[in-house]
Amino acid sequence: MSGALGPFLLKRLALSLLTLWLLSVVVFFGCQVLPGDPARAILGPLADPRAVAALNEKLGSDRPPVEIYLSWMGGLITGDMGQSYAYRSPVAPFIGSALVNSLKLAATVFAIVVPLGIGAGVLAALRAGRPIDRLISVAGLSLTVIPEFVSSIALILVFAVLLRWLPLSASWPAGSGPLVQLQHLILPALPLVIVLFGYIARMTRAGMVEALSADYTRTAILKGLPWRTVLSRHVLRNALLPTITVIAAQMGYALGGLVVVESLFRYQGIGSLVLGAARAKDFAMLQAGILTVGAFFVVTTLLADIVTTLLDPRLRTGGRR
Amino acid sequence: MSEALPLTEPAPGLAREARTRGVVGRLLRTPSFLIGITILLFWAVCAVFAPSFVPYDPYADDLLNTLQPPSAEHWFGTDQIGRDVFSRVLVGARAILTIAPLATLVGTVAGTAIGLITGYFGGWVDAIIGRLLEVMLSLPLIIVALLVLVALGPSTPTVVVVVGLVFAPLVARTVRAAVLTERHLDYVAAAAVRGESAPYIMSVEILPNITPPIIVEGTVRLGYAIFTIASLSFLGFGVQPPTPDWGLAIAENYGVLIGGFWWTVVFDTAATASLIVGVNLAAESLQRALAE
Repeated sequence: MSGALGPFLLKRLALSLLTLWLLSVVVFFGCQVLPGDPARAILGPLADPRAVAALNEKLGSDRPPVEIYLSWMGGLITGDMGQSYAYRSPVAPFIGSALVNSLKLAATVFAIVVPLGIGAGVLAALRAGRPIDRLISVAGLSLTVIPEFVSSIALILVFAVLLRWLPLSASWPAGSGPLVQLQHLILPALPLVIVLFGYIARMTRAGMVEALSADYTRTAILKGLPWRTVLSRHVLRNALLPTITVIAAQMGYALGGLVVVESLFRYQGIGSLVLGAARAKDFAMLQAGILTVGAFFVVTTLLADIVTTLLDPRLRTGGRR
Repeated sequence: MSEALPLTEPAPGLAREARTRGVVGRLLRTPSFLIGITILLFWAVCAVFAPSFVPYDPYADDLLNTLQPPSAEHWFGTDQIGRDVFSRVLVGARAILTIAPLATLVGTVAGTAIGLITGYFGGWVDAIIGRLLEVMLSLPLIIVALLVLVALGPSTPTVVVVVGLVFAPLVARTVRAAVLTERHLDYVAAAAVRGESAPYIMSVEILPNITPPIIVEGTVRLGYAIFTIASLSFLGFGVQPPTPDWGLAIAENYGVLIGGFWWTVVFDTAATASLIVGVNLAAESLQRALAE
């Protein structure tokens, strides 16, 4: 750890904070300014103007936008995310439990797709140009473009309706152990695995091919190191750096994909929370849900940058040269 | 692209024409392009002509014949209110193949404009717009689209504009990178010395030289536009009932899947998958042909 690393990370942290702040402005603009009149949007075009005015006052949306924004930000800092219009209770507890559920689903997705994608990418690179390489890239490319709801239907048909191997619903009976929970999570996780597999495999393959043809690999081989050591200490270490960034970027995408998957499998996560809030025009909930997704993405990207920096020997020893 | 143009430059129009002919020739010899474009053409023909040749009115319900399995009268069976699935699947190409290309066009035009401006001017313009675009990209596209569609209400023009604008930052990023490689070439400096205005240099001098990456980006975006709009329709924020649409039909009918009524969703699922794979096969081959 040296001097070069500190300022770099500080700069990244400052950029992340700036992104978070801009994100809050964008989300606020979308939820408060764009609808024009939140109470009118909730009550519909035929509602009594007095009822609209009363609801606007109750929601606090009759104040100037800047004032609403400041009080919203003030609340966020103290952990108060506002009141849900649809549930008539504070938003924060809903966000918390939904986020935990979504993270369980996301963890299942990544526990399956990361080893699978990296394994396939490494295999493809080691057998570059052979049929197995072409099979992996064609499969990856064509699976990546299939929308989650399309692959979900195919998976439901095969595994829940025809074979009856996996339960259709993602929500498990209350008090189920982790194994039963996992069994319920596999089917909803697979559509996202299908979408993400191609990206991870492609990035890994590209990184591997580059590392395999690099000078340091040739040097390591010529030094007489065993192939296993060359592969694990020289090739993989360098090849997987870009893959880590891609995996982190896909975390954010996965949370977006969860909107579709969670609603299809009726799973109480952040995605179905955002969708439900959108359908009920529950703007406080929508605002908090979307900001949570965005914040999550910003944090994973930052973490990926930090991990990449720590793993990259060039960046790590930069200050000592 | 070349680093420095030779002094005696061959007529650029002729060179470009020959290049285009080479690309088209290569494409027509690529099997994956031919497969992709055939699928796309099939659905395009359905989108235009299907309403006039399908056996049933896609909107007509028949409450005495609901959820009928595929038969000689109803090749793909009937849905929950007795509408003919075959007719609805074929006519269903129309909504998605109208909205997705329009949204792609909006996104490509807006993104190209932003990319040209940020890439050409650089400096603080680039820094501020770049940061804003990065914020847009830090949210999953589907959630941004959802946010705006809730605020404005889902209607076809809104979906076109929203999906287009959501894609604009991605197009802008590609165009900006292409502009940056052109920005410092002699022909741009020459135009500036001639006293041409910035809009003229961007649109008449730089733009023609960066069309290949824009075309590739546009075709790739078309695939994602179909993906996004079909997903939005599935979630209830895209095409609205009773319009025949694949995503919408799947949302309406997947609840009865567990009862064994597979024909209400399987054909719509296959149609969506085939269109998206077709577009992506064509886009992928085009990208390769232009890169050669």
